Amino acid sequence: MNKKSKAHKLAKLKRYFPLYLMLLPGIIYLIVNNYAPMFGLLLAFKKIDYRLGYFASPWCALDNFKFLFSTKDAFIMFRNTIGYNLAFIILGNLLGIIVAIALDSLAHKFFKRFSQIVILIPYLLSTVIVSYIVYAFLSGGNGFMNMTVLPALGLDPISWYNEAKYWPVILTVVYLWISFGYSSILYYSTLIGIDKSYYEAAVVDGASIWAQIRHITLPALKPTIITLILLAVGRICYSDFGLFYQVPQNSGLLYDTTQTIDTYVFRGLMELNDIGRSTAGGFLQSFLGFICVLTANKVVSKIDKESSLF
Amino acid sequence: MIFNSKIFRFFTTLIMVFLVVACIAPFILLVASSFTSEQALTLNGYKFWPSEFSTEAYRYLWSVRDAILRSYGMSFLITGIGTVLSVTMTMLFAYPLSRKDLPGRTGLSFFLFFTMLFNGGFVPTYIVYSKFLHITDTLAGLIVPYLLMNAFFVIMVRTYITTNVPDEVIEAAHIDGAGEFLTLVKVVLPMSTPIIGTIGLMSAIAYWNNWTNGVYFITTRRDLYGIQNYLNTVISNIQFLQSHSDPSISVKSLPSVSIRMAIAVIAIIPILCAYPFFQKSFAKGITVGAVKG
Repeated sequence: MNKKSKAHKLAKLKRYFPLYLMLLPGIIYLIVNNYAPMFGLLLAFKKIDYRLGYFASPWCALDNFKFLFSTKDAFIMFRNTIGYNLAFIILGNLLGIIVAIALDSLAHKFFKRFSQIVILIPYLLSTVIVSYIVYAFLSGGNGFMNMTVLPALGLDPISWYNEAKYWPVILTVVYLWISFGYSSILYYSTLIGIDKSYYEAAVVDGASIWAQIRHITLPALKPTIITLILLAVGRICYSDFGLFYQVPQNSGLLYDTTQTIDTYVFRGLMELNDIGRSTAGGFLQSFLGFICVLTANKVVSKIDKESSLF
Repeated sequence: MIFNSKIFRFFTTLIMVFLVVACIAPFILLVASSFTSEQALTLNGYKFWPSEFSTEAYRYLWSVRDAILRSYGMSFLITGIGTVLSVTMTMLFAYPLSRKDLPGRTGLSFFLFFTMLFNGGFVPTYIVYSKFLHITDTLAGLIVPYLLMNAFFVIMVRTYITTNVPDEVIEAAHIDGAGEFLTLVKVVLPMSTPIIGTIGLMSAIAYWNNWTNGVYFITTRRDLYGIQNYLNTVISNIQFLQSHSDPSISVKSLPSVSIRMAIAVIAIIPILCAYPFFQKSFAKGITVGAVKG
C-alpha cells in the first residue's frame, strides 16, 4: 500500500470515527443481549454440571433431545404452541377485518371515534392486569361465571383453574379480547385509504354490499392480510409467555392445554431445575423459528415483493 | 366506504356496540366488586353492581399504602430511566445507519437486522445476564434485558431519517463546521421529533407493563418490584400485602376477596387516566410499527 492511500484511509477513518462511536453502545448491547445468547444455544448439546461451569461441562451429543422426546411433554408443548397460533392467526385476522369494516361503516361520528379509542384499551394493559380480570370471571368461589352466569343457566359451578379442557376456549377468547383492537386498527388504517369513487361506481352499477366488500374492500386489504399472516407464521413457534403462564395462574393441572414451548423452557429452568430439557426445547424453538421466518419471508416476496421484510 | 343499506349499518353498529361493551364491562366488574363488602362477595361473588356497598378493601389498602406507593415509585423510575436510555441508544444507532456514505453500513445493518430473525431464546439469555453479568437483584436487571434497544425501532427511526432529513441539510451542517454529534443533536433530532415521540411512547408502555424481567431477575430484592410485579405476587399470595405493613393488623382482618379487585383497580387507574392524552400517538405507533421500517 502506498503512502497516499494510507493517509487517505486514515483521514476517512478519522472522519467517520464519531459515527462509529455512536454505534458502539448499540453494538455492545446487541452482542450481550442477542449474539452471546445465540452461542449459548450450544448448551443444548452439553450435559450441564454446575460444579464445572458452562464452558467445562462435557458434551453429550443429542442426549438432551432424547431426554426431551422421551416424555409426552415435547408433543404437548409443540401441539399447543402451533395449535394456538393457528387459531389466533385465523380468528384474530377474521375478527380484525370484520371490525375494521364495521368501524368504517359507522355513520355516527362520535361513536366511531369513541370505539376506535375504546377497542385499544385491552391491548394497552399488562398481562398481569389481564390475569386479574380473568380471575374476576373465573375464580372458583367468587367468579362471575360460577356465581352468576352458570346458576342462571341452571348449571353446576366449574373449577376453571383445575380443568384443562376449558382452556383452549378461554385462552382464545382472552387473546382475541386483548388483540382485536390492534388488528382492527391496522386493517382500518388501510381501509380509509381506499378511494371512495370505487364504491360510488359500484353503487351506480348496482353492486350489493357483499359485492362491494368482496370486490373492493378485500382486494384492497390483501397486502395487509398477507403481511400480518406471514409475520405471525414466522413466529409460530413462539407464544406470549404471560398469556400462557400468568393468565392460567401457573396452575399445574392445566399443563395439558396451557403448556407452550416458552412456558416449558421457563419452568424447566426456573422451577424444575431441569436445564437439559429446557435448553433442548429452546434450541428447537430458535431453529424452527428461524426456518419459519425465512420461509414466510420467501413466500411474501413471491406474492408481493413490496411487503417482504428483506 | 359507501354502504347505504340501513340493515347493514344496523348490524355493524350492533357489532361495535357489543365490542365496546366487551372492552369496558370487565372494568366495571372490577370496580363494582372492589366496592362490595366481603360478606356480600363471599355470598354472591363478583358482580357488576355492589349488592352491599363497602370501602373496606380500600381502607385496608390505605393501611399498606407504603408498599404500594413504593412499587409505583419503582415503576415510574424504571419507566423513566428505561425510556430515556432506550430512545438515546436507538437514535445513536439509527443516525449513523441512515448515512449512505458510512463505510461498512451494509454489514452493520445486517448485524442489527439478523437479531430480528434469530435469537438464543430464554435459557442462554438468562444465563448471560444472571451468571456472567450478575444482573440479578439489581435495578439494571429490570431495565437492561430485552427492552433497552430493539432492531425494529432502530429500523423505523433510520427509515424516518432517510426520508425526512435531506442529505443536503446534513452536509450543510458539516460545512458550517458542526461535528457529527452536534449535527445529530441540533439538526437531525429536531427534525425527527414525531418518530422519537412514537418510539418513546411505545418504549414507555413496554417498560410500564413489563413484569417478566422482575420474574426472571429479581429473586430476593422485592423492594425493587414495580407495580406489575407487586400485583403479580399478590394475586397468588394475598398475604404478601402484609409483608411490608404494620404487623399489628392480623391476617384475619384481610378482606382477601374484595382486595384483589381493589388492587387491580388501583393498578389500572393511572394508565386509563393517561390513555386519553396519548391515544392518538398510540394508534399511530401501532400503524407505523406494523408496516415494515
